[in-house]
Amino acid sequence: MKPLLQVRAIDKSYAGVQALRDAHLELFAGEVHALVGENGAGKSTLIKIITGAVEPDGGEIWLNGQRVAEISPRRAKELGIAAIYQQPALFPELSVAENIALGLESGGLLARVNWRARRQQAAALLARVGARILPDREAGALTMAEQQLVEIARAIGARSRILIMDEPTAALSEEETRHLFRVIGELRDAGVAVIYISHRLEELSAIADRVTVLRDGRTIGTYRMEELDRQQLIRLMVGRELSAVFPWRARKLGEPVLELCDFGSSTAGIENINLTVHAGEIVGLAGLVGAGRTELARAIFGLVPADRGELRLRGVPVRIGDPTQAIACGIAYLPEDRQRHGVIPEMAISANITLASLDALASPWGMDFRRERAIAAHYVQRLGIKTPSIYAPVQTLSGGNQQKVALGRWLATEPQVIILDEPTQGVDVGTKAEIHRLMIELAAQGAAILMISSEMPELLGMSDRIAVMREGTIVAQLAREEATQERVLALALGQ
Amino acid sequence: MKSVIWSRYKRELAAAVAYLALLVAVGAVAPSFYSAANLRDLLVNNAPVLIVATGMTMVIIVREIDISVGSQFAVCSVVAGLLAKAGAPIPLLIPALIAVGAAMGALNGWLIGRLRIPSIIATLAMYVAWRDALRWATQGAWVQGLPDDFQWFGLGQSRGQWLIVAAAIALLVFFAWALRNLRAGRALYAVGSQREAARLLGLNPSALVFGVFTLMGALVGLAALLNAVRFATVPSNAGTGLELKAIASVVVGGTAISGGRGTLIGTLIGTALLGTTGTALTFAGINPFWEKAMQGAIILVALISEVALGRLTHEPR
Ligand SMILES: Nc1ncnc2c1ncn2[C@@H]1O[C@H](COP(=O)(O)OP(=O)(O)OP(=O)(O)O)[C@@H](O)[C@H]1O
Ligand SMILES: [Mg+2]
Repeated sequence: MKPLLQVRAIDKSYAGVQALRDAHLELFAGEVHALVGENGAGKSTLIKIITGAVEPDGGEIWLNGQRVAEISPRRAKELGIAAIYQQPALFPELSVAENIALGLESGGLLARVNWRARRQQAAALLARVGARILPDREAGALTMAEQQLVEIARAIGARSRILIMDEPTAALSEEETRHLFRVIGELRDAGVAVIYISHRLEELSAIADRVTVLRDGRTIGTYRMEELDRQQLIRLMVGRELSAVFPWRARKLGEPVLELCDFGSSTAGIENINLTVHAGEIVGLAGLVGAGRTELARAIFGLVPADRGELRLRGVPVRIGDPTQAIACGIAYLPEDRQRHGVIPEMAISANITLASLDALASPWGMDFRRERAIAAHYVQRLGIKTPSIYAPVQTLSGGNQQKVALGRWLATEPQVIILDEPTQGVDVGTKAEIHRLMIELAAQGAAILMISSEMPELLGMSDRIAVMREGTIVAQLAREEATQERVLALALGQ
Repeated sequence: MKSVIWSRYKRELAAAVAYLALLVAVGAVAPSFYSAANLRDLLVNNAPVLIVATGMTMVIIVREIDISVGSQFAVCSVVAGLLAKAGAPIPLLIPALIAVGAAMGALNGWLIGRLRIPSIIATLAMYVAWRDALRWATQGAWVQGLPDDFQWFGLGQSRGQWLIVAAAIALLVFFAWALRNLRAGRALYAVGSQREAARLLGLNPSALVFGVFTLMGALVGLAALLNAVRFATVPSNAGTGLELKAIASVVVGGTAISGGRGTLIGTLIGTALLGTTGTALTFAGINPFWEKAMQGAIILVALISEVALGRLTHEPR
């Protein structure tokens, strides 16, 4: 069988960074082809070159045995290539239906728009990916997961020959992911070639037929998925061995640090929250998308007004009206949507990391830049942020490395309560383990950690206790010993 | 359904409520405001502004701005006068001025769409350049001694007046329809909302921005002509302050200055609101000196209410 797409000897460099060197990829119709590699390995750059979003410095792209010379997003669309990019690409001011339609409609600029057909098409595609989202809603008001589902619906609607997905499940939970896999399976059976990028290695064995590994911009090789076990795959990606077990160890818990009594927020749609997090404890928050986990975090951090019940810090009732007060109380919150709330793309890595702890940098002569450099360098090294300089703007980093900057910022505040919303979303296996070690270290130093995660192994492996949320409230709490995947899922689904 | 409409068009509705309040208030204080002659004057005076604001709405939706419209307006007015004086057939003035305006707009479009110069800088430069070029060319002299059939296109005052108003309304209706129902219109919203996302979907932001500025220029050319034929002479300082009037009308009408959102119905209301305040004040016996202050207050209230409405109905972004 002849390959559908061949990518040969692609080079690409950005100022000072060689993102790809001699990268290649071969794709057949009717296969799901995983693309893996560490953060900054060049995965997103490679797929952007395939879709014409980025121009390569050298190399060739062949489609169906024919060389494609000039490729642009528009040309790619005509050639039957559709993509979901890592960075969200929705139009926040426009409705969901329109967001979907804009990617699918063809025809000249003077063609009429059929609003009714747009709405019906959007509703059908959303149903196909299992999303309950009204087509008339404004895209800017959607949650991360909903946005991701809209993008998936849009890409699937393109009826393309080649479908590229760059971390489509980063914000999705088990249930939505399973649904997505069903749809991908149907597409594969219909002869579509799928390129699938993910850092959730468990997903790959469930969905991928073959896998191509990138390291430092080079193609290491392409393998059949069943040839490799998880350890071998990691070794190919990282170039060394990594321990597969979570670094969790039993710790002595201290006083209650964060206590919520009948806590709730009518605007955020959460109520009757009773939860205690002790010093040194890691509490995992489980639940489906829309269960209210992020809303709870936002209410604790003062981003939405909490109007019911009580929040106590070390036994003292406090009212938190805005994030400034929350930070002053020693609460840190790593938001789920790092693109919009997590980093300031134009600013340097160093400034981004120290942004929430500027007070610590005050000196009689203004900012203490030496200290800023020291803090930034520490977290860049600790989290393995791949960059030529700590002064590079965050927007030049790969997606996963941007996530690490956002995390570094909150760790730098040395908080007593840390709320982490999907702390390892989009980061590679090596860094994931490092972040887990950091969390344990912080807990051992006495921090109270509340972790929201949609990755079941992470929840089960890292939490001392798991609180399951459903429909805006906590329905059950399981100790580490009693928590199993089935139990958590059943509680989250309400069965 | 009701709440959907309210939340989608809340900015336009707010402007409409303010406009109704103004009309009711002035009607109570000075019923003579509603004389046919006064209303007609209001329509005719504001028609050229409305045409420019129509174009400006599209420029702002695509997340750009055009400061140079006033200067383009002046150049077009003088060109119209000179052409007429040189004996050009009057009906031919219409396509000619549209072409002249479009050429000036295309220059903006090239600077902004192709060279990616920020529109506020590019059009600020053109604002100064066209005004000074005109001052140098005319030495401040007005164009006088126009042929008789120049004024009102030779149709006579009353028919000429209706022609101007009808043209402005027809353009507004057409572009309102196009913005909602043509792919090009929706593409403007997309580019204004997220330029990079639009590019990735296969739209061509540079070309669209070029097109919008060219269209803006063409509308300015037409507006300048329709305005010039109202008088027996063409002043060389026509259109001073027009850019601010147009931008203010668009913003008061609810178009987001950050792009991606806005309607021409809103612009119609905004133009009417700002265009009526001066006359309304005069009729109410208030010193017209207050007109600018009043308009400033309206703009401020519009912007503040936009923020407030956003807070009420939007999640923070
Ligand atoms: N616009 C840019 N300017 C400068 N450097 C860039 C730019 N985009 C990407 N890079 C660099 O190119 C390299 C590859 O980035 P890429 O986004 O392809 O990585 P990735 O494999 O997708 O990583 P991740 O898993 O984190 O998404 C990185 O070192 C990144 O810093
Ligand atoms: Mg990437």
